[in-house]
Amino acid sequence: MNQPETKPKMEFSENVTRRHLSGKVWRVLFLFSTFFGILALATLLLNIINQSSGYVIYKAKVDPVTLAVDGVPLKSQTKEQLMSVLQDNLSKGAYNKIDRDQPFAEQSRDDTYDLVITRIVKYEVETSWKLWDSLTKRGEIMQTAQTEYPNDLLRFNVWINPDFLRRPQSSDPVVAGVRTALLGSLWVIGITILVAFPLGVMAAIYLEEYAADNRLNRIIQTNINNLAGVPSIIYGILGLAIFVRTLEPFTSGTLFGITDPTTANGRTIMSAGLTLALLVLPLIIINAQEAIRAVPGSLRNASYGLGATKWQTVWSHVLPNAVPGILTGTILAISRALGETAPLVVIGASTVIFFDPENAFSKFTTLPIQIYQWTSRPQDEFRFLAAAAIIVLLALLLSLNATAVFLRNRFSRRY
Amino acid sequence: MKQAIVSYPKKDQSLKRRTRWGETAIQALLLLSGVFSIFTTIGIVYELGKEALLFFRNPSVNLISFLTGTEWQPHIEKFGILPLLNATLITTFFAMLIAIPLGMGVAIYLSEYATPKVRGFLKPILEVLAGIPTIVYGYFALTFMTPLLRSIFGKDVVEIYNTASAGLVMGVLILPMIASMTEDALSAVPRSLREAAYGLGGTKLEVALKVVVPAAISGIAAAFIIGISRAIGETMIVAVAAGAGPKFTFNPFQGAETMTGHIVRISGGDLSYDSIDYDSIFAIGLMLFFVTLTLNIISQQIVRRFREVYE
Repeated sequence: MNQPETKPKMEFSENVTRRHLSGKVWRVLFLFSTFFGILALATLLLNIINQSSGYVIYKAKVDPVTLAVDGVPLKSQTKEQLMSVLQDNLSKGAYNKIDRDQPFAEQSRDDTYDLVITRIVKYEVETSWKLWDSLTKRGEIMQTAQTEYPNDLLRFNVWINPDFLRRPQSSDPVVAGVRTALLGSLWVIGITILVAFPLGVMAAIYLEEYAADNRLNRIIQTNINNLAGVPSIIYGILGLAIFVRTLEPFTSGTLFGITDPTTANGRTIMSAGLTLALLVLPLIIINAQEAIRAVPGSLRNASYGLGATKWQTVWSHVLPNAVPGILTGTILAISRALGETAPLVVIGASTVIFFDPENAFSKFTTLPIQIYQWTSRPQDEFRFLAAAAIIVLLALLLSLNATAVFLRNRFSRRY
Repeated sequence: MKQAIVSYPKKDQSLKRRTRWGETAIQALLLLSGVFSIFTTIGIVYELGKEALLFFRNPSVNLISFLTGTEWQPHIEKFGILPLLNATLITTFFAMLIAIPLGMGVAIYLSEYATPKVRGFLKPILEVLAGIPTIVYGYFALTFMTPLLRSIFGKDVVEIYNTASAGLVMGVLILPMIASMTEDALSAVPRSLREAAYGLGGTKLEVALKVVVPAAISGIAAAFIIGISRAIGETMIVAVAAGAGPKFTFNPFQGAETMTGHIVRISGGDLSYDSIDYDSIFAIGLMLFFVTLTLNIISQQIVRRFREVYE
């Protein structure tokens, strides 16, 4: 009597153990996936930090110690003393050429110092180590430095430093900086915002507040959603064809009488800004639409009830309430544009440019382009420069995103 | 007194609906901004189509050999898309190898297992991962993933530039996207379905895999397709890490140029407008545009057609 009752019970509990076991196994797998994401992010950041500082052995063509004037070492010399060092060590022709290209009167002390370093001392990177190796194999590195490079300078170099931000681009890794690229990025983004923000918000207002549910408006909406999924490189090709080639008189600035000999074609900041504007426009529209949709209908009805026109309602009631959401969305879209590389490579951002952009019709380079260019070079020191530039870019993006989060938390209202 | 406060409309100033020119102008302006996006699409199709047509009109190119040729050598006038397409498919395959299972895992964990506190901690991490520029991932592929692969499989097997490394890192890039779209789909499944399954004695895993995932399958499929479309269009990772030079190879440890990588390399130099190279990037671009557009539309259709609607 007892047996038939217990037997199914046994089977049932056996089954339960197996089911719970597989539940546990899968749970671990899910947890592992999540852990993998965190691990990937950590590895990525550590990999970059690892390459952004470390020991470097510099070989100097002229030992800086010999360049001391009246016992004052090179590092603490005044601008005048540095100029005399230049005069003493360069031929008269070379000195005068520098004065013609970048007049000494306009230079800061640091610029002159950089000139002494690049023209006379001429440091070259002999070998370099990553941060991890520099910390763990310190003795070994010291030994290598003493035995193999006895006359050279061993220094712990933080590739990302204030000078790195201040200096213009250079083909010499010792004095290369990101100022040119940083300014280029800011110029391009400025134009992108000027074009894409008003256009995007207006389109969003139209779609949310004005558009009737008819065929045209459905097409517009579907089209925007599809544009958001178009690969960014396609926008680059479009920009190359339209802005660089067809609209060249406008984008090169010749239409406005700007005839900069270096910008004979349309590969300018203007083209880049407009291309990126097309790229982020769908994102801005979609985000702004969501923000406008979140404004409750009761506000609109109250406004209409008081006799306001449609535009008065939108302008004085809907928009003010949607502004935090619109700004948050726009900032996120802009940070996407800031990291965008492919379209700018395609429209032909110059990778080698040593001067700051002067206006919207200048040649330019941007941070991501600079990173791309440095990464593509085989020497270690350029990889380290790329790592430093990546940190600058990530810091910029992080501060933008922090602003977005702040806006969202500070100003968003729930109805 | 009363007269000062209330002014009655005169006869001609009726309160009837009348045309307000300012309002009309504003509405027209707004409509124009809305329509602008259509111009963008037309611009893409027109410009890409126009130059691609020039490419195909070139005597050394014909459509058949373009679609079936296994050699892309512009200097000897061989334009077969297959080497580029093949490299694109290999990188996409590796990306999906990482992104689909892990993205699903993350999504199921976040929506079914994680407490709100853990979710609040994990979601921002995924957002950060998704917000990192692709060029940084390219750097990561070249300076971390490639050396890692080389130390595992040997330096003779794995070339410095290879499609596997680019594809795997691309998977890390796409993982958060698939995870967040899948999680949205899972979270949209109503609680009552889960409760019913628990009531029948299901374990947490059984509820997740046999009830919630099937119920959200259209959203999940859409996420996968969008992920594939993203991988095909991804550019900087492959431009940095997958190698330069079209090569028809199925070995993922060799370098091979993808469609996007080729466009970047060709246009990176100073390209003259009348060369066949210039026209060829438009032909490749057009193909890329239609492939990604088709995938995106399929994904939207799946969501629209097969979505289970719960009350």
